[in-house]
Amino acid sequence: MVKVGIAACGTIPFSKDDQKIESSLLKSTKNLFENNSKIDKNDIDAVLVSTNNNSKYLSPILSEMAGIQPKIAHSIESLCNSGTNSIVSAYSYIASGLAEMVLISGAERYDSPGQILQWDDSRGEFKHPIFWASLFTKSYKREFSISDERLAIVSVKNHKQAKENPNAFSNNTYSVQDVMNSKRLTDDLKLLDCSQPCTGSASIILTTEKMTKKISDTPVWISGIGQQTTSAGFTKNNSFTSMESTQLASQKALKMSDHTTKDIDVAEIHDAFSVCEPMALESMGFSDPGKGMNLVDELHETNNYKINPRGGLIGSGHPLGATGISQTIEITQQLQSNANRRQVDDARIGLIHNMSAAATSSTVLVLEK
Amino acid sequence: MNFESELSNGKFMIPQCNVCTKIVWPPAEFCNDCFGSVSLKNGDFEGKIIEFSKKDEYYFCIVEFENTIKIISKMSELPKIGQLVKISKCGILDGNYFFYVN
Repeated sequence: MVKVGIAACGTIPFSKDDQKIESSLLKSTKNLFENNSKIDKNDIDAVLVSTNNNSKYLSPILSEMAGIQPKIAHSIESLCNSGTNSIVSAYSYIASGLAEMVLISGAERYDSPGQILQWDDSRGEFKHPIFWASLFTKSYKREFSISDERLAIVSVKNHKQAKENPNAFSNNTYSVQDVMNSKRLTDDLKLLDCSQPCTGSASIILTTEKMTKKISDTPVWISGIGQQTTSAGFTKNNSFTSMESTQLASQKALKMSDHTTKDIDVAEIHDAFSVCEPMALESMGFSDPGKGMNLVDELHETNNYKINPRGGLIGSGHPLGATGISQTIEITQQLQSNANRRQVDDARIGLIHNMSAAATSSTVLVLEK
Repeated sequence: MNFESELSNGKFMIPQCNVCTKIVWPPAEFCNDCFGSVSLKNGDFEGKIIEFSKKDEYYFCIVEFENTIKIISKMSELPKIGQLVKISKCGILDGNYFFYVN
């Protein structure tokens, strides 16, 4: 099996800034080059842009602005997991020999059109993600006798962890009562249970084993990839208390990496809403069904940052096209022992879970040093 | 006659494959199993409440029809899981489907 490594990372702080998508892409790319002086632009033979933005031809535009003339240049859109889907595409280009070094840059604006899937008419007039999240939450609470107060701990924990992430959208800590008292969006969802749309960008370079070792003193390898799409429409989900696509994607990724969930030292989980964290943890085997909040409680009480060290989507913000790349950068930094106050002890193997549209599709990556 | 033109006139019909007779949902020109042509089935369909939550004065519910079709519908009274309901009003407004059940 060809080894594909992560050789360089760059990002910008997530914010509500009203900046052009092209500007965000360029800034995180610039940050990547500033962080890694050994990268030679001439070695980049593919540039992939991950975004839901409606602007066209963004990869050639970024390439021109960054002074790169790649062989391969195109955008990738898949709603919220565009970022990891782009990483999988980059991996495939390298593994197939079509490219040796790929720059992947993801970006989104706070007003992204990717926040609502207009096609999904089965949702009737309830197309905003807060509605599927409310129905997941109601179902999960009923099935496993979990209270709103217990689910609020996800938000409390992830905001606490985001406080240690200088690029996070949130810089505030909250109590369970703060979450409970935040704006009631529906009977089952409060504002602080939700990740926030924001402006952000993150960039990463994937390359061959030889080039990775040449560029990076602390190489990190992609050892497992799993993807699964079960449908596009929310109501096609067979279960509203678990995530089938996540379960199947994680099984594939772990099998490819020859690991089990027990081997994972640190993970970024797609907590678009509070309930998503325990559901994803259970679907991937970190916890038994209905017991995900026990793990969340324990990690929070012991200040263990194993799950969502950068603050997850709830704490970091959710610029759709950048999210999966930002998650991957976090796990890379964790494995490089470079995560500062968010560092998880002796992190050797990490996992990224990134999903779209009410878990109708999921991508799971396993990284190791 | 297609699903959307009927729905915009307030009529909920069920798309069914002319070849394999499977229900085709979401509505499409061709069956997602055998690519057969699709026609619309008329009826006074009964659905079952699968899940619900509430925003402001309205409940929004996942309602399942014919053990296949699931849609999100509005309801004014407190729903019960497993409750049988019928569509009382439906249509297309500002490009979005809408369904009321009771």
